[in-house]
Amino acid sequence: MMILTNSVVILFITIGVIFIVVTAIGLVRLPDLYTRAHAASKSATLGVMCILIGVFLHFWLIEDHFNPRILLGILFLFITGPVGGHIMTRSSYIAGVKPWKGTVRDDLGPEIERMKKEQGIQ
Amino acid sequence: MSLQLFLNFALAFVWMFLSSNYTSTGFIIGYLLGIVLLFAMRRFLETRLYIYRVWALVKLTMLFLKELVLANIQVLKVVLKPKLDMQPAFFAYPTVLTKEWEITLLSSLITLTPGTVVVHVSDDAKTLYVHAIDISDVDEAIAAIRNSFEKAILEVSES
Repeated sequence: MMILTNSVVILFITIGVIFIVVTAIGLVRLPDLYTRAHAASKSATLGVMCILIGVFLHFWLIEDHFNPRILLGILFLFITGPVGGHIMTRSSYIAGVKPWKGTVRDDLGPEIERMKKEQGIQ
Repeated sequence: MSLQLFLNFALAFVWMFLSSNYTSTGFIIGYLLGIVLLFAMRRFLETRLYIYRVWALVKLTMLFLKELVLANIQVLKVVLKPKLDMQPAFFAYPTVLTKEWEITLLSSLITLTPGTVVVHVSDDAKTLYVHAIDISDVDEAIAAIRNSFEKAILEVSES
C-alpha cells in the first residue's frame, strides 16, 4: 500500500515538473507573444496543479494530515490562470504588438481598428 | 433551482425532527428521502428537477478535465517539434450564449483547451475572437467548440 501511494505521488509530481519544463521551453522557442501565451496559460496551470495534487496526496495519505488549503489553491489556479492569459494577450493586441509573420488569418485586426476609431484613440 | 434546493433542505430538517435524530446521518437520509419526494412531485415544479442540472455540471467538469489533458499534450508536441511549422491564426467565433456568466465560463474553457486562447470579446458579447496556435480548418475548430462546450453549457443553464 505504501509503495502504491508513493508511486502515485511521484507520478503526479513528475508529470507536473515535465509540464513546467515544457512551459519554459515553449516560452523560449515560440516565435511571438500570442503563441507563448498558449504555453504559459495551459501548461503552467496543469503543471502547478499536478504538483499541488501530489503534495496534497503525500500529506494526506502518508503524513495523515488533510489540508483543504491545497484544494482551494487548485481551484483558484483554475479560475485565475485562463483570465491571466486572456488579459495579457488582449492588452498586447490593443497596445499594438504585431503577431508573428506566419499568422495565416487575422479577424481581430479590423475589429480592434473599429473599436479604437469609435473611442477616438489614434 | 434555489427554491428546490431550499425545499430539499427543509424536508431533510423535517425528517430530522420526525425521527429526533440530529446527526449528519439523519440529515443525509432525510435529504435522500427529500429527493425522492421532489421527484414524485416534479409535475408541480416550475423548472426541471435540479438533479438534472447538477448532473449536467458533473458532465461538463469531466469534459473539461479531458480537454485540459489533451490541450497540454498538444502544446507539448508543438513545443518539442524540431521544426516550428505551426500556422497561428485569429478567428472570430460567433456564440449563441447570452448571459454574462455563460460567456465568461465559455471563454475560460476555450482558453484552457487544445490550441485556443480567447483574445477579445466583442462589445455586444456576440463574438469571441480566438487565437489558435495551429489552424488547419477554421470551420472545423468552430464546430468542435460548438458541439462540445457550448452544448454542455447550454445544458447546464437551461431551466
